[in-house]
Amino acid sequence: MSGFTDAVLPARRRRGDRPARRPAGPMQRREARWGYAFISPWLIGFLLFWAVPIGASLVFSTLDFQLTDPGATTFAGTSNWERALSDPDTWTALAATFRFTVLFLPLSLVAALGLALLLNSKHLKFTGFFRLLFYAPSMIPLVAGVLIWQQVLNPQTGWVNRLIGLTGIDAVGTDGIRWFDNPVLVLFAFSFIGLWGIGNAMMVNLAGLQGIPTELYEAAEIDGAGWWRRLRSVTLPLLSPIIFYNLVIGSVAILQYFVVPWVLFGATGRPGGASRFLLVHFYQQAFVFGDMGYGAALAWLIFLLVAVFTAVLFGTSRHWVHYGTERS
Amino acid sequence: MTATATAAHPEAAEAPPAERALRRRRRGITLTLATTLGALLLAVLFLMPLGYGAATALKDKDGVSDPNTGVLPVSALTFEHEGEVHDVYAVPMPDGTTRELALVEPGRESSVFIDPGDPGAGPIEWDGRWRTLEPVTGLNPQWGNFAEAWNTISFLRLTGWTLMYALVTMVLTVVSSAVVAYGFARFRFPGRGVLFGLLMATILLPPAVTLVPKYAVFLQMGWVGTYLPLIVPQLFANAFNVFLLRQYFLTIPRELEEAARIDGAGPIRTFLRVIVPQSVPALTAVSLFHFFYAWNDFFEPLLYLAGNRDIVPIGVGLSYFSGVYNSEPHLILAASLLALALPVAIFLAAQRVFVQGIVVTGVDK
Repeated sequence: MSGFTDAVLPARRRRGDRPARRPAGPMQRREARWGYAFISPWLIGFLLFWAVPIGASLVFSTLDFQLTDPGATTFAGTSNWERALSDPDTWTALAATFRFTVLFLPLSLVAALGLALLLNSKHLKFTGFFRLLFYAPSMIPLVAGVLIWQQVLNPQTGWVNRLIGLTGIDAVGTDGIRWFDNPVLVLFAFSFIGLWGIGNAMMVNLAGLQGIPTELYEAAEIDGAGWWRRLRSVTLPLLSPIIFYNLVIGSVAILQYFVVPWVLFGATGRPGGASRFLLVHFYQQAFVFGDMGYGAALAWLIFLLVAVFTAVLFGTSRHWVHYGTERS
Repeated sequence: MTATATAAHPEAAEAPPAERALRRRRRGITLTLATTLGALLLAVLFLMPLGYGAATALKDKDGVSDPNTGVLPVSALTFEHEGEVHDVYAVPMPDGTTRELALVEPGRESSVFIDPGDPGAGPIEWDGRWRTLEPVTGLNPQWGNFAEAWNTISFLRLTGWTLMYALVTMVLTVVSSAVVAYGFARFRFPGRGVLFGLLMATILLPPAVTLVPKYAVFLQMGWVGTYLPLIVPQLFANAFNVFLLRQYFLTIPRELEEAARIDGAGPIRTFLRVIVPQSVPALTAVSLFHFFYAWNDFFEPLLYLAGNRDIVPIGVGLSYFSGVYNSEPHLILAASLLALALPVAIFLAAQRVFVQGIVVTGVDK
């Protein structure tokens, strides 16, 4: 059902039905030559901008290479790697990333699914209008969105605190809720900003929901299944490839979280290290301090982390993602 | 469903069918009303920051920082008469009514006012101490904030560079991605599966791992501080676009291409004459995706244009602006609203193409 995850795993999914290799005739060779010709832009780009730089990064990570004085570059062995693992900022960054992932990943997945269910409900009128309203914030340039949220969350005049203040909680003013000064509250501020960007996940979910045959719901209803039971036994299993797609895309994005913390706090890590995400740490070391060797080691650390995390996700997927029931 | 309804309302079982149908309809209406109102409330909460942004962008500087400020851009009204600006007060008149008048000549025991609604009626004498009067406040949107923000961030220059970057890279990436996608969609060659897998893997791989050597090389070539490091890689196709276009090309019937081949067209001609005209919706969707991506792009412009503030695109320009003008939130908000206007307008105009494109990415056709 999910084209994306199918395509990411072509080898695993297609190994079984690959046709036996035939000896290549002139026609096949001609076709192959044209195929390589057509994909050559990507192939060259892949070598120039991915394969070679990834390898070069590994080499750079063994050098003491300062941007301010490239002439003085020396071999540094594993010292950049040792430094990366003993640098307290690395651990702050890992902790910040981990905490935000734990909070925001489930939140965004549930919100995207909830909105899609709402938009798919037969009780909702003006569906097109609501779809537009919930999707529109995803179109707002991220920096503009961050600046707007920074203001609406200000404790003096921001409407969020005023709204909370209406419930009787002392939210407004200098003693109120200061979203950007508290390492836990700031994660909620990041989450609010992030929720403005769930439009894509919501639309993909919605398309998935619309692809579920209505007969399945009718059958479940005849069996006496209520709303919750139908969600658990029909919707979620059939939607699992799409939820998996959103999970993969979402977690890879969080591991590379940068723009929001950078626009709000730069490289300061305020409040209390909560905005020192992995990429912020990397950017500061490599391009603010110009320590390219150390930066390369950090970049490789991020690379390994993303690779391992994605591999784990794909590994668990066979236990809960149902590819079997295709739409007919 | 019927079973639960009967259990919950035992009387429903005995009710005549017409009444039962009515009851079911009523229940349907209630549910529809509750769902739609709930969605409306949710949407209002979700979009509330935009409302705050618009209201605050129209306030004057005092209105922004005042914790007791109203929701709307309200301030003391003034009236301009014969080249001078006068404050407007609520003046109790001898006949018991209260009129909103502009104070022209303040005096200790009596003052001269003028009616802003009818200045031709001439001055109005009023006996009493004007200092005891209440100033009149009213809706007073400062549209000038937008002009000020426009000028301070050099909005036209930022937009011009952003448009240049978005449009040039859009053409490059769409053309190259379509070519590559056609290769993956229609030709059989050894290693195709593995290569496509590698292509898909680059969607998930963190670009950070390539940045240090790329930056070092671009710096060596003198490209840092120009758009070249941002534009040139787009010549070599983008994995996500390739994937999207390939999915679409696979749905085009092969018979069309075979007919072209029988007429003697080679692969390039077939691609240009058959595939491209058939794929206009997908090509449009990919173009739009890229346009928004480029409009939003922050990390790479920040990195590669560093030190050349005159040519940064709008995202980076906004972040510089907010760093300098952090004590003037009304200007920051006005600038943010200016920056989001064009992409949101384009989205609203093209949302149908756009929405279809998103759906293709996650769900097979």
